[in-house]
Amino acid sequence: MPPWGACGWARGEARGEAGASRPYEPSGPYGARAPGRRVARGWSCALRAAPAPGDERVTVDVDTLRLTAEEAIGLLERKEISAAELHGAYLDAIGERDGELHCYLRTVEEPSGHGIPIALKDVISTKGVETTAGSRLLAGYVPVFDATVAARCKAVGLTLLGKTNTDEFAMGSSTENSAYGPTRNPWDPERVPGGSGGGSAAAVSAGLAPWALGSDTGGSIKQPSALCGNVGLRPTYGTVSRYGIVAFASSLDQIGPVARTVRDCALLYSIVAGRDPRDATTVELPEPVRLPETDRLDGLRIGVPRQLETLPAIEPGVRAAFERAVDLARDLGAEVGACELPLSFEYGLPCYYLVAPAEASSNLARYDGVRYGLRVDGETYREMVERTRDAGFGDEPKRRIMLGTYALSAGYYEAYYGQAQKVRTLLIREHRDALERFDAIATPTSPTVAFPLGDRAADPLAMYACDLLTIPSCLAGLPGLSVPCGLSEGLPVGLQLIGRQFGENTLFRAGHALEQALAFDPVPARLRAQERA
Amino acid sequence: MAIERETVLHVARLARLDLREDELERLTRELGAILEAVGKVAELDLEDVPPTSHPLDVVNVWAKDVPEPPLSLEEALANAPEVEGALFRVPPTA
Repeated sequence: MPPWGACGWARGEARGEAGASRPYEPSGPYGARAPGRRVARGWSCALRAAPAPGDERVTVDVDTLRLTAEEAIGLLERKEISAAELHGAYLDAIGERDGELHCYLRTVEEPSGHGIPIALKDVISTKGVETTAGSRLLAGYVPVFDATVAARCKAVGLTLLGKTNTDEFAMGSSTENSAYGPTRNPWDPERVPGGSGGGSAAAVSAGLAPWALGSDTGGSIKQPSALCGNVGLRPTYGTVSRYGIVAFASSLDQIGPVARTVRDCALLYSIVAGRDPRDATTVELPEPVRLPETDRLDGLRIGVPRQLETLPAIEPGVRAAFERAVDLARDLGAEVGACELPLSFEYGLPCYYLVAPAEASSNLARYDGVRYGLRVDGETYREMVERTRDAGFGDEPKRRIMLGTYALSAGYYEAYYGQAQKVRTLLIREHRDALERFDAIATPTSPTVAFPLGDRAADPLAMYACDLLTIPSCLAGLPGLSVPCGLSEGLPVGLQLIGRQFGENTLFRAGHALEQALAFDPVPARLRAQERA
Repeated sequence: MAIERETVLHVARLARLDLREDELERLTRELGAILEAVGKVAELDLEDVPPTSHPLDVVNVWAKDVPEPPLSLEEALANAPEVEGALFRVPPTA
C-alpha cells in the first residue's frame, strides 16, 4: 500500500473540522456533477440520460430497423440526409423502443461528427461522457480521455449515439449482471440478449444503432450477436487496442464490431484495428482489411469439430440450424470436413474460469475508492478500501475476484492457475493443428438460443456454460465471427467461424457468402410491423 | 470440493473485500462448486507442457522516450472522491 500517511495528516484529526478537505466540485468542461447531465467537449454538446418524448428534433423518414451502416454512409455521401437528421432518427427510435429494451445507459443528444452514429459498450472510455462498465463502482465516473478505439471512430467522423449496457465489468453471459438493470432481447423481451455485450447487440438488432463496438473476453461479442441475430467479430488478439478499455482479463480482452452485415463488421474493424503505441500488446495487421464481395466459397476449407457430435449441451434446434448452414457452405463450393479439438470443449471452460478470474482479480484491484469511482468511508484506509469494494462490486465480480485471488495465492497457484496456463498451451496447439488443414473452424456460437431472464442468474455454473463454444478460440487468441444462420423456436441461432491468427479476411469472405445465401432477416419478427414501407 | 470458511475469509482479506456474513456463506458454497468444476484441469498430466500467459508472441515492445504533455492537475483530480489541494485525501492507514 502506498504510504498515504506520509502526506502529513495526523492520525485522529477529525473529519469535517476547519481546514479538512471537502469533496471535489468539478467545474469547467465537466459542468454539473449529476450523472447524465454533463457538458463536455469532444463527443457531445449536451447529454441526457434518456431522450424526452415530444422533443423538437429535425427528422426524416429513415427506417433504422433495416438500415445498414454502409447504406447510412451512402445516404450521407449522396446528401440525401444530414448527419444531424440521421442521428435524430436513431434517437427517435431509441425513444420508441429503448424504454422496453434498455440497451442504452445514456444517449448523446447532439451529433459530434459529420458521419454516421455508433454505439459504444460502456467499458469503452469516452472523454466527457460517463463510463460505468455496468457497475456502481463507476457511477458518475467521467473519463478525461478517449479509449483509442473511441478516438479512431471520432477521427473518421463517427458520432457517439450512446453507451450501451453490459454485464458488470464485462463479466457475464446475459447482461443480467449490470448494476443498472438487464437489457432485453428484441426478439423476445422476456429473454436475455446474451452477454456481456447484450446492450450493443440488442441495439443493433432493434434498429437503435447502425453498428456498435463491443468487447469480447470469453464470447461477450459473439454470443450476444448469436442470441440477437446480428453479426459480431471477436478479432485476433493484438489487432485492436485495449487502451482505455475497462480491463477484465488482459490476455483475453479484445474490442470488436457488432453490426447488421459482415461487410459492416469488416468496415468497422478496419476503422479501429491496427497497432497502437499506447497498447504494447498490439501489432500492425499483416494485410489490409478487405471488404468481402464474392458470394461463393470455392477453395475454402471448413472444419467441423468431431467433438460437437457428442455435446449434449447443444440444443436440437441449434444443431439443426448449424448443420443446415454447413450444408449450405458445401453448396457454395466450400470443402467441409471433420477436424479434431479433443480438449477444447472439455477443458476450455475450466481453463478460462481460472485464467480470466485470476487476471481480473489483478485488474480489479485498482478499484479502491482513492482516485475515482465510489468511495465508502472508513476509520482507516484499509476499512475504506474494503467497504468500498464490498459495496461497489456486484455478486459476479466478487465471485470472480475471490476465485482468481484463490487461484493465484500461495499454495494453490501451481494446481490451479499454473495448470490452467498449461492447458491453454494445449488448446492453442490443437487449434493451430486443426487450422493447418482447414481455413476456418465452424461451430454453433451458443449451445442454446436466448433463454428467459432469470433462468440462469442464480446458478453461476449454468451461466458459465453459455460460453462452452466461444471460449476455446478466445484462449487461443484467434478471431471468431458469429453470423446469424437461422431460427430455432423463433429465436436466432448463430454460426461461429474461427480463423487463424490475423485470418479476419477469410472469415469476412466466408461469412459474407453465407450471409448472402442464408438471407436471414435480421429484423426481429415482432418489430417488423413497425417497419416503414 | 468444499472450501473452508477460514480460507474464504483469508482470500477475502487478500482481495480487500469486507464481506457481509450472508455473502460469506453464499460465496463459500458457490466457490466450492466452482472450484470443483475448474479443478478438472488437474486431471491432465502437463509435466512437459510450457505455460502460456499471452497468446500473441511479442517481445520487448519499446515506447519512444519522448516526453508528452501529462494530464493536467484538474483532469487527474476530476473524478476524485475527496481532494485536498493537489492531493487525494484518504483516511489514515491503520
